[in-house]
Amino acid sequence: MAMTEQRNVGASIPRKEDPELLTGRGLYTDDITLPGTLHMILVRSPFAHATITSVDTSKAAAMPGVVAAYSGEDLAGEWAGPLPVAWPVTPDIKMAPMWPVARDKARYQGDVVAVVIAKTRAQAKDAAEAVDVSYEELPVVVDIDDALADGAPILHDDLGTNALYTWKLTNGDVDAAFANAPVIVKERYYIARLIPNAMEPRAALAQANAATGELTLWSATQIPHIVRTTMAAFVLGVPESKLRVIAPRVGGGFGSKIRVGPEEALALVLARKLGQPVRWVEDRSENYLATHHGRDVIQEIELAADENGKIKGYRVHLKASMGAYLLLVAPGVPLLGAFLYCGPYGGDAYHFECTGVYTNTTPTDAYRGAGRPEATYAIERAMDALARRVGTDPVEIRRRNFLPAFAEPTQSIGGLMIDSGDYGATLDLALELVGYDQVRKEQQARRDSGDPKQLGIGLSTYIEMCGLAPSRVLGSLAYAAGGWDAASITVLATGKVEVAVGTTPHGQGHETTFAQIVADDLGVPMDDVSIVFGDTQLVPRGMDTYGSRSLAVGGVAVHRACDKIVEKAKKIAAHELEVSEDDLDYANGTFSVRGAPDQARTVAALAFSAWTAHNLPDGLEPGLDALSIYDPGNFVFPYGAHACVVEVDTETGEVSIEKYVAVDDVGNVINPMIVDGQVAGGVVQGIAEALLEEAIYDENGTLLTGSMTNYGIPAASDIPAVTIGRLETPSTSNELGVKGVGETGTIASPPAVINAVVDALSVFGITEIDRPATPERVWRAIQQARESQPKGGQQ
Amino acid sequence: MARVSMTINGSTHEADVEPRTLLVYFIREQAGLTGTNVGCDTSTCGACTVLVDGRSVKSCTMLALQADGREITTIEGMASGSDLHPIQKAFWENHGLQCGFCTPGMIMAADSLIREHEGELTEQDVRLGLEGNLCRCTGYQNIVKSILAAAEEMRSAPAAPTA
Repeated sequence: MAMTEQRNVGASIPRKEDPELLTGRGLYTDDITLPGTLHMILVRSPFAHATITSVDTSKAAAMPGVVAAYSGEDLAGEWAGPLPVAWPVTPDIKMAPMWPVARDKARYQGDVVAVVIAKTRAQAKDAAEAVDVSYEELPVVVDIDDALADGAPILHDDLGTNALYTWKLTNGDVDAAFANAPVIVKERYYIARLIPNAMEPRAALAQANAATGELTLWSATQIPHIVRTTMAAFVLGVPESKLRVIAPRVGGGFGSKIRVGPEEALALVLARKLGQPVRWVEDRSENYLATHHGRDVIQEIELAADENGKIKGYRVHLKASMGAYLLLVAPGVPLLGAFLYCGPYGGDAYHFECTGVYTNTTPTDAYRGAGRPEATYAIERAMDALARRVGTDPVEIRRRNFLPAFAEPTQSIGGLMIDSGDYGATLDLALELVGYDQVRKEQQARRDSGDPKQLGIGLSTYIEMCGLAPSRVLGSLAYAAGGWDAASITVLATGKVEVAVGTTPHGQGHETTFAQIVADDLGVPMDDVSIVFGDTQLVPRGMDTYGSRSLAVGGVAVHRACDKIVEKAKKIAAHELEVSEDDLDYANGTFSVRGAPDQARTVAALAFSAWTAHNLPDGLEPGLDALSIYDPGNFVFPYGAHACVVEVDTETGEVSIEKYVAVDDVGNVINPMIVDGQVAGGVVQGIAEALLEEAIYDENGTLLTGSMTNYGIPAASDIPAVTIGRLETPSTSNELGVKGVGETGTIASPPAVINAVVDALSVFGITEIDRPATPERVWRAIQQARESQPKGGQQ
Repeated sequence: MARVSMTINGSTHEADVEPRTLLVYFIREQAGLTGTNVGCDTSTCGACTVLVDGRSVKSCTMLALQADGREITTIEGMASGSDLHPIQKAFWENHGLQCGFCTPGMIMAADSLIREHEGELTEQDVRLGLEGNLCRCTGYQNIVKSILAAAEEMRSAPAAPTA
């Protein structure tokens, strides 16, 4: 059933979410109040690696307002098992999951060692400082290579090693591709560790009903359904139906709220134990230690090419830090990029291998892009290196290697069946919007005059995979859950439409976007459509939001549920109008008899008929209700070309972005304004990765970038406006032709920025700069290059 | 404990508080106005921005006792009944928010900024003026657009006084 004439889909309709949020009436987890709520504060290890020799909570327990204080030993009996790891990527993976409270050792600065519950937050904080924990410090290892070296301190004694898995993928004959290649480019990059910094700190509010054993958890989470299933079964050991998880308004996630967390587990268990609701809200500096970090990956990438730079083979080796313990999907995060180190390019052979490593640092897990920014960074930086090697420019090397434009699913050498792509078209538009030739002219003029402010231009032609995911593929990758999603539609007696959708937004505008689809499919006004999400009691079926899946999976489920509604309504319409279904046309929510269009029924009117059930066809159930659970047949593959122009002050090392162009093809667009917003936000996070952000540990495992005062999150004055271009080629993966866009900006931008910086610095012969390319790093690189240049050299 | 009394959005709120109570917690917990948010513990993020006697203040940098006798305006006080303030309207029309968590603070800071500039401000003025308000979702450009649009409307048809 084709979609009815588009009226809302494709329009930049202002969001239904906004009136509530604009007036401060949105309820985030910490805004929800229950009578008698107690406050939970966690005592965290200041040491990155230490044996816990004793925990004395007696002084804390005696302080004003304190209801209870517990050590890990005190609570050991509460747990059915550790916090779940849903992605054991290899059969021989050396698993070290996290328990809600550490008992024998603290393994990262921030590891929970004790819990205090009091009547007020201030009382709990005061008491937490009175908990007496004795530690015996152990040697610390924070660097990936150090953790893999012989004699490294071992985090998990029972495992005997810090290397927990090695996962491999090979397509084609890699040795042959490399053996005779006239050109081999070998690059090494380090993707620095990042702190996600969603603006809303994580929070949990738990309530227990002693009579029924029912537990309710409000949580700042992206994954209420996954929390419900895994927390109930694996951590608490209670029936799944006894746990209700509610994600109210959530203030941003970016992957950092994909957690089945110790704090949630503790709040639930203690609410039950103490018979009163328990609230936990993290401080920002606690968030820096305790909410997972992103990235922290060492990459080696080799390209084997012919003398013209046409790539024959790819070889990639990663070493990825998991931090001190394994979190929910952490082992698989680097693997989400495993198939993408070839970018949008061709070749004959491909090898990818990744080793996961434990270090005494905050555990890592998904952060915007999750594995795909790493892949794009490596290939897009290596492409520029390849261009330099064969003496051509970054535009030409990419055109030479692009897969030719295709409209039908096409196999890539990385092993993906890519839905559709015209990589040259996005590059053409990006070059036009950035004024490429003009920038090169200006750049040359400044080079000729020895201007202290040099220009650089960098490209990133990316492809990513999202819309997680075909369940069978997840199964083959040893991911423990499915990749479907669900939409349940009820058309009420009065024609209003309620849609329960299993994805869980935290700023992406699902209420609006999904309503646009429903309004068009059922021919009802946007105001008559309510989208419900986030509460496992109201939305029993869902797989939540991450991996840019909500539209490509959830939205398709919404559309298919509408199709089922229309199909059923048609039966009722045919019956009421006394014609056969084949004689009915359907448009804009109205069934009309072909040739006698005044004989018509609207979906809204038919909903009333379905409710009274006075005159339904024999055998047809009352109601206009439909459930669709959609398991995608393939991922979706957004792609595009980003171009970044930087000006580098060669005297201070400061980099400023003069222009940033993002051209993306994300398939059919439901709400252009929302899509542009995702691109802008994603690009800025990626620019920040490239120029500002880095989580830094010292050799003792102390997080030096421990608060917002010294971790480089950008403010409005730090970054430019992004020029956004768009092409729309429908995805062949689903009938809406839609892809995802939540992560594309962050995936594409870091290499565009760094390629631009390197381009600017090429006047000094510089070909590499670590990220973030802070003024100090750039300045030092310039000094070093000047020192090593023969006298009379440039600049 | 000490007694404090302040006016918030035109209503008087009076309570006994521990001297160390921050204004933001008084607003959220005593007055029950949860629109103002706590986003950090270093006065960096600005999610807690309110107006104190008409000027923007990060309410995490003031003790509740310091607000004794003062007039506070929070996000809940910006709309007039069901009529949104021009800044709220502009944010809505220009997609100036995604998750909404920084938004109340942004709007209060924007109100102060626009009035300080008497409605005449450039993109650069806005970006510099918002250094104390962090957003992780939008990349700022729609926030800037929203504020410039609101400024234009406020210039040509001044809104009712907000303090």
